[in-house]
Amino acid sequence: MSTPKPAGELLSVTGLRKHFPIRRGILQRQVGAVQAVDGLTFSVNRGETLSLVGESGCGKTTTGRLLTRLLEPTSGKIVLDGRDISHLSMSAMRPLRCDVQMIFQDPYSSLNPRHTVGTIVGAPFRLQKVRPENGVKRAVQDLLELVGLNPEHYNRYPHEFSGGQRQRIGIARTLALKPKLIVADEPVSALDVSIQAQVVNLLEDLQDEFNLTYVMIAHDLSVVRHVSDRVAVMYLGKIMEIADRTSLYERPMHPYTVALLSAVPVPDTSRRTRRERIRLQGDVPSPINPPVGCRFHTRCWKAQEVCKVEEPALAELAPGHRAACHFPENVGGSV
Amino acid sequence: MPATVIAYIIRRLFAAIVLLFVVSAVTFSIFFVTPKLLGATPETLATRYVGRTSTPDTIRATAEKLGFYDPVVVQYWNWVKGIFVGADYDYGPAVEHCPAPCLGYSFRTNQPVWPDLLDRIPVTLSLAVGAAVLWLLAGLAVGTLSALRKGTIFDRVAMGVSLAGVSLPIFFTGLLSLSVFSYNLGWTAVGGAYTPFLENPGEWAYNLLLPWITLALLFSAQYARLTRAGMLETMNEDFIRTARAKGLPERTVVVRHGLRGALTPILTIFGLDVGLLLGGAILTESAFSLQGLGKYAIEGILNYDLPKVMGVTILAAFFVVVANLIVDLLYAVVDPRVRK
Amino acid sequence: MSHIPEDSLDSGAGLPFLQVRNLRVHFPTDDGVVKSVDDLSFSVERGKTLGIVGESGSGKSVTSLSIMGLHKEGAARISGEILLDGRNLVGMDREKVRLLRGKRMAMIFQDPLSAMHPYYTVGAQIVEAYRVHNKVAKQVARKHAIDLLARVGIPNPKSRVDDYPHQFSGGMRQRAMIAMALSCDPELLIADEPTTALDVTVQAQILDLIRDLQQEFDSAVVLITHDLGVVAELADDIMVMYAGRAVEHSTATDIFNSPQHPYTWGLLGSMPRLDRERSERLQPIKGTPPSLINVPDGCPFNPRCAYAGRNGDLSFTERPEFRDIGGGHHIACHLPTEDRHHIWDEEIRPKL
Ligand SMILES: Nc1ncnc2c1ncn2[C@@H]1O[C@H](COP(=O)(O)OP(=O)(O)OP(=O)(O)O)[C@@H](O)[C@H]1O
Ligand SMILES: Nc1ncnc2c1ncn2[C@@H]1O[C@H](COP(=O)(O)OP(=O)(O)O)[C@@H](O)[C@H]1O
Ligand code: SF4
Ligand code: SF4
Ligand SMILES: [Mg+2]
Ligand SMILES: [Mg+2]
Repeated sequence: MSTPKPAGELLSVTGLRKHFPIRRGILQRQVGAVQAVDGLTFSVNRGETLSLVGESGCGKTTTGRLLTRLLEPTSGKIVLDGRDISHLSMSAMRPLRCDVQMIFQDPYSSLNPRHTVGTIVGAPFRLQKVRPENGVKRAVQDLLELVGLNPEHYNRYPHEFSGGQRQRIGIARTLALKPKLIVADEPVSALDVSIQAQVVNLLEDLQDEFNLTYVMIAHDLSVVRHVSDRVAVMYLGKIMEIADRTSLYERPMHPYTVALLSAVPVPDTSRRTRRERIRLQGDVPSPINPPVGCRFHTRCWKAQEVCKVEEPALAELAPGHRAACHFPENVGGSV
Repeated sequence: MPATVIAYIIRRLFAAIVLLFVVSAVTFSIFFVTPKLLGATPETLATRYVGRTSTPDTIRATAEKLGFYDPVVVQYWNWVKGIFVGADYDYGPAVEHCPAPCLGYSFRTNQPVWPDLLDRIPVTLSLAVGAAVLWLLAGLAVGTLSALRKGTIFDRVAMGVSLAGVSLPIFFTGLLSLSVFSYNLGWTAVGGAYTPFLENPGEWAYNLLLPWITLALLFSAQYARLTRAGMLETMNEDFIRTARAKGLPERTVVVRHGLRGALTPILTIFGLDVGLLLGGAILTESAFSLQGLGKYAIEGILNYDLPKVMGVTILAAFFVVVANLIVDLLYAVVDPRVRK
Repeated sequence: MSHIPEDSLDSGAGLPFLQVRNLRVHFPTDDGVVKSVDDLSFSVERGKTLGIVGESGSGKSVTSLSIMGLHKEGAARISGEILLDGRNLVGMDREKVRLLRGKRMAMIFQDPLSAMHPYYTVGAQIVEAYRVHNKVAKQVARKHAIDLLARVGIPNPKSRVDDYPHQFSGGMRQRAMIAMALSCDPELLIADEPTTALDVTVQAQILDLIRDLQQEFDSAVVLITHDLGVVAELADDIMVMYAGRAVEHSTATDIFNSPQHPYTWGLLGSMPRLDRERSERLQPIKGTPPSLINVPDGCPFNPRCAYAGRNGDLSFTERPEFRDIGGGHHIACHLPTEDRHHIWDEEIRPKL
């Protein structure tokens, strides 16, 4: 690699784009594109958790699938551990699958109902032709124990488990090959609060134990604050703000982040009246024709004329804190 | 109409034309190549049409006239050309013109095929449409009731009968309804007669009732099963719960919300079934000796009368293709989500 | 002001609009009887909001469907009383209940896409809801539908009224569902997880809308959710359900400031909260909810409760009574009062 990289950097993404073509007409010509991900630049350090948050459809899952190379980027660069994987073919990617793994959102549909837990968790060994020291069965049982499942459930089927337990099975499967990077797409959003806390704790324990790096996709800002070291806020395929957890939650700069935070309901009745709320109007525009200028201007309460024509750059407004806005909040003073 | 819909129709029409060519070419080859493989020559073929008593010269002339000496491709080409521009048949002294659409002359009767077909379309059309109305009503009603009363005696009996209906041959159900409805009840004519609708609608229906019932029995059984399955699924949808939560009477919930939701897949199959039947309900027409397209096709096949067979085949294919297209367009009317 | 039926019985004139007493909803299945709701009592007054909180499968939806009379005939065994404005709906003629549905009580569902008929326009579905109970001309009903859509904040209601549900965004669909539910000015509105399928920003819009509409119509609202944050925004009273029963019921302030049941403590400890310092570790409840076919003996929560051992074997043998511990605050737990206060003050509160 020609570019010098910081010692701890595991993943670096530059200008990542994914446009899904829309085809119409007799000849199925391309008439447009869903700009699902439109120019992301960020990096993730070893052992840290970066969370991607944003409203439904803003491109979080697509980003996750690009990072794990389940999708091919339209343009841009993904460098994993010093290796450019942006356009690796399926077969060239295969050995790297040991390094990047994905946990899926839906604990019900992401496990094959006809396979036993043993088969599911052991599949990565077979696919990658890895022979664990004491045999696959032993390795799988260790993994089950690690994620808090009974190793004797080796021969059971997914439907015999609850949602939280299935998510543990999914986690055990991703851990099989000791990946460096785990992309977790809404790993806890389908779970009940009490179970959600169990899984969050498990993910944190595993991270400490194996020095894992997580890219966590989520929409629940409270969970995100709990699990992340750094947070990137996405809107319509772009990063609006990226910062370490504390400064993002304490000094949000982008109006969209401020609005998101103020919309989170808090379990405290005394806050009901005191809290100052920012209510966004309307819905997210279509990613087929995103607004020009700042993408957020159609819903932003601070929007000015300039926002409709000129796209703000994602600029570093405080150390390690970048936001794309012409009129950011909380700048100066507190830094 | 939005441009996308027009583009869609054009694409479908194009596909339909290609399909019609393929069907006709395949039929043509089957009826031309098969006899040749079995050792027939142009002369032996021609013999079938002029009779064994003719002189070899007449036979050769006939074979010439019918184009049996031309390569298959040329013969097929001439046949296709006839449909669009008509054809001329040289009888030596006189030249007979067969106007477009010319589907040729029956080898047997020397009558042009197209007017024959025109004669028979009303019979088959009456048969198909009447039966379709009957079976759709009966099938939807029985299927809906079965779904709503799932597991009851009614449901079990209805599904048992419909299983029988689907599996029994038409000759059997035909005979059965003949004995019940004509001989025992005296409701219907014994069959075989056809009175055009415009002449006397009452008699038209009276004569056709028995074939209708026979055909409808077969199909309504199948439709009852389809409707039942569709209704069982739809009645469990969230929007049914919403409809009830609004306080709608149960009948409205079932018909306007349930049946409407279950109807879409049934519509598809209904279109295809009617399309196929319009090409001739061979068994029913034979069983009740109705002079429809199916009967015509059978005569053609039994006599190696290629122009007849080709005529019915291409007409039937045309009906199926058109029915298909209509169904697809209707789909967009029924299900707004398909529209773009 | 009281929230518990027994007390309000005597008050006579100010009867709560909805009273549920000893409601049991059991489903006989091949595996056994599912006791989805077991001995549940609560009440809601006009103009007030009751929040029902609980994990999935705790019987929230079954409760709301029983109130609306939407369980299939014969599938559910329902006993107890559901009094709507003093009239018992349990055992009432189904046709009579139907005439109340949509008119005096209405419901909003979780997933607005599947809850609306895909083949009819949004307007047609609202018009239908209005015309079942009001004999008016189509045009009048359509005008009403447009007004309602405008009221719930749909832009361009005049043209959007002819759109199909799939042409609406998730938030707009839920607004349209609300418009449909409100078409006959119901006095009771049940919202079953109305915002679970929505983004936070849209959730906030919908919660604001429900709050405004309630003030406007002075209706009784039952808000069902699994998110304590959502009820904190809207509810006057909160009932926490576990395994088909109420385990705690009090004013919202009480539930958040001095919860008394170990399960409520568990729920609060499991949630990461934006309004507090970030805790190093969440405090999950161990284990998973029980099957409602084999509810544990004694306190249903005992396999997961950290304090089950503090009551001798009472928690394992005897079902704790749902009782008033003062000021209308009800809980079902054997823990002695002092222990409870002590645990809350010393162990739980500091960690939240
Ligand atoms: N295969 C595809 N073809 C066309 N468009 C797609 C495809 N996959 C995703 N999209 C579109 O790209 C956008 C981003 O989708 P994505 O799934 O990444 O969103 P998300 O942020 O994960 O949303 P959610 O929170 O709902 O999971 C959406 O508008 C989506 O409809
Ligand atoms: N028709 C039914 N037959 C059998 N069990 C049912 C039926 N409906 C609901 N249940 C069961 O009742 C329990 C409570 O369900 P529900 O009220 O939907 O929970 P939630 O609190 O998540 O809304 C669950 O265990 C569910 O499986
Ligand atoms: S650039 Fe303008 S429109 Fe965009 S977020 Fe900033 S203030 Fe709002
Ligand atoms: S009764 Fe016992 S098990 Fe139940 S909540 Fe109270 S302490 Fe826990
Ligand atoms: Mg996603
Ligand atoms: Mg529910």
